[in-house]
Amino acid sequence: MIKIANVSKHYGSFQVLKDCTTSVSKGEVIVVCGPSGSGKSTLIKCVNGLEPFQSGEIVVNGISVGDPKTNLSKLRAQVGMVFQNFELFPHMSITQNLAIAQVKVLKRSQDEAMDKGLKLLDRVGLKAQADKFPGQLSGGQQQRVAIARALAMDPICMLFDEPTSALDPEMVNEVLDVMTELAHEGMTMMCVTHEMGFAKRVANRVIFMDQGAIVEDDSKETFFANPRSQRAQNFLAKILHH
Amino acid sequence: MGYQWNWGVFLQPSASGDDTYLGWMFAGFKMTIALSLSAWVMALLLGALVGVLRTVPNKTLAGIATAYVELFRNVPLLVQLFIWYFVLPELLPASIGNAYKQSNPVLQQFLASMVCLGLFTSARVAEQVRAGINSLPKGQKNAGLALGFTLAQTYRFVMLPMAFRLVVPPLTSEFLNIFKNSAVCSTIGLLELAAQGRQLVDYTAQPYESFIAVTLSYIIINVTVMTLMHRFEKRIAVPGYIGGK
Amino acid sequence: MTYEFDWSSIPGALPFLWDGMKISLVITAQAVVIGIVWGTLLAMMRLSSVKPLSWFAAGYVNLFRAVPLVMVLLWFFLIVPEFVGQLFNIPKGTDLRLSSAMAGFALFEAAYYSEIIRAGIQSVPKGQIAAASALGMNYAQAMRLVVLPQAFRNMVPLLLTQAIILFQDTSLVYVSALADFFGAAYKVGDRDGRLVELLLFAGAVYFVICFSASQIVKRLQKKYHPA
Repeated sequence: MIKIANVSKHYGSFQVLKDCTTSVSKGEVIVVCGPSGSGKSTLIKCVNGLEPFQSGEIVVNGISVGDPKTNLSKLRAQVGMVFQNFELFPHMSITQNLAIAQVKVLKRSQDEAMDKGLKLLDRVGLKAQADKFPGQLSGGQQQRVAIARALAMDPICMLFDEPTSALDPEMVNEVLDVMTELAHEGMTMMCVTHEMGFAKRVANRVIFMDQGAIVEDDSKETFFANPRSQRAQNFLAKILHH
Repeated sequence: MGYQWNWGVFLQPSASGDDTYLGWMFAGFKMTIALSLSAWVMALLLGALVGVLRTVPNKTLAGIATAYVELFRNVPLLVQLFIWYFVLPELLPASIGNAYKQSNPVLQQFLASMVCLGLFTSARVAEQVRAGINSLPKGQKNAGLALGFTLAQTYRFVMLPMAFRLVVPPLTSEFLNIFKNSAVCSTIGLLELAAQGRQLVDYTAQPYESFIAVTLSYIIINVTVMTLMHRFEKRIAVPGYIGGK
Repeated sequence: MTYEFDWSSIPGALPFLWDGMKISLVITAQAVVIGIVWGTLLAMMRLSSVKPLSWFAAGYVNLFRAVPLVMVLLWFFLIVPEFVGQLFNIPKGTDLRLSSAMAGFALFEAAYYSEIIRAGIQSVPKGQIAAASALGMNYAQAMRLVVLPQAFRNMVPLLLTQAIILFQDTSLVYVSALADFFGAAYKVGDRDGRLVELLLFAGAVYFVICFSASQIVKRLQKKYHPA
């Protein structure tokens, strides 16, 4: 579904991504972790072309992301993305947030888009908030709406960029629950997150990045039981011991 | 003090005979409003366009927009006005230039003033629009693109509606400025409020009354605009955000 | 284009134009100094807990900001001199008009400076006054030693930008017949029938000065407030 081959990216002389290679098959759930500044967010943004990269290739569902001839908007419409800071559109009500891209990008009718949006809103447990505005919801609620908004486009896969890092601790689980459910339904997912409990529960593979490079790319069993690199061991020790 | 106050002077027939001095003032008031509003429409449209261009990834377009803003911001308004009024007609091809110079002088003054104020203010509006767009969280643009919007759609549906709301308070102050700046146009003989004030002093020999009346008129314009814009701000406030509840 | 440019009247007029420029710069410098000093006092009055002071400052600032500079200059050029002359029994014939116009200009700009300075003072966290008081300073000491130094550091770019705007505003003293740079350029153009060239020349000079100054301010801003 997603193939990342020898991707490198630099800002001037600073290398953000170094020769990254990995892949995500249909139905797989991949967790990408690593210390801050390791390039994991950059990598996931390269997958739908939000960040350009200088060398290597990323292919999503048979379409090359780096190819200048690729219609990126069309590709992005099929790839759902959830952001650290939710990024709901503050000037639109929740239902408008859910409907706008369906109507303007997928050319669905307003009614169809509303229907679909409300169904998904119900699924993330927020039907009662339909007419509110993003600023009136809690962080956890906003992030659930953001997931519903991405799902409304019927994506072939979902990208999560630290979806719980901006949340107060008591709201993390409501978002992880939605993500877990989604994984169980067979959605292809690539998640940048520090939630190791989530990784243990639902991930098929864990990718560990450090200083722009993919250091480990293992099944979750191998990764948690005996990570090969010292850096991954240190990282796990820090993150699991509190 | 020996000054003879006489507020009744406004009701006396004016020197031209067909009007009162109050009528003169009112004519000036109307001219100030007409000039400022028409220039404001121009400034908003051009300023929004140039401001947006300054934020686009295309370097050439952004560069042109930056040059535009710098040009109109770094030359005094009075100099710009004189260039529009005295210089431009000379530089036009003779046929157009002469036709223009033979047109109604009031029309010439008004056009030069409107274009001058409009372009001058558009550069300031553009700066505010740019600042508004740049102050949006960067993730908003990404979120729009990630949903499959094109860059133009992302501006249209995601960034501009929010930037527009952020920009209303600073634009209010530019809107107020355009009324105040319109007084500069008295220097090319356009009979707006300030120019009428000067005329009143000359004709009535009641300088205090004349200037107090004109100054009060500007204050009334100021207060009215502020009240209206404040209402407008409340109407467009986004629930849960800046100014909303 | 049919117009034939003739720039020949400019070189000979340069000394005269330079005199005008000196007047523009003097008016600017005067207004900046008075503006900042008087503006700071106004800002402190505005923020003070003594109501009459705060009302006075608010009234002053709002009044000057509601009225066009052209109107203020006309007041100070045409009306104030007579008024002041009568008030202080200054002998008739003393020409107060120019100094009056310059004073009006400075008083006008002070209203704008005061708003910048007020915002600067308010940008200093409230905890700083609390900390200064906890150290035993009184309000004036806290302002002078703790708040204002921080506030001014934050405000430097804005104060300089306002000085550039003010320099442009000086051209408006044209309405009070002060022979500033613009007035001088206009006079030369009018005299030689070369208004087109002189106005374009004046515009170019203003542009070069203001653009360079604003670039310097931008660089200062980057140096002291990176990001």
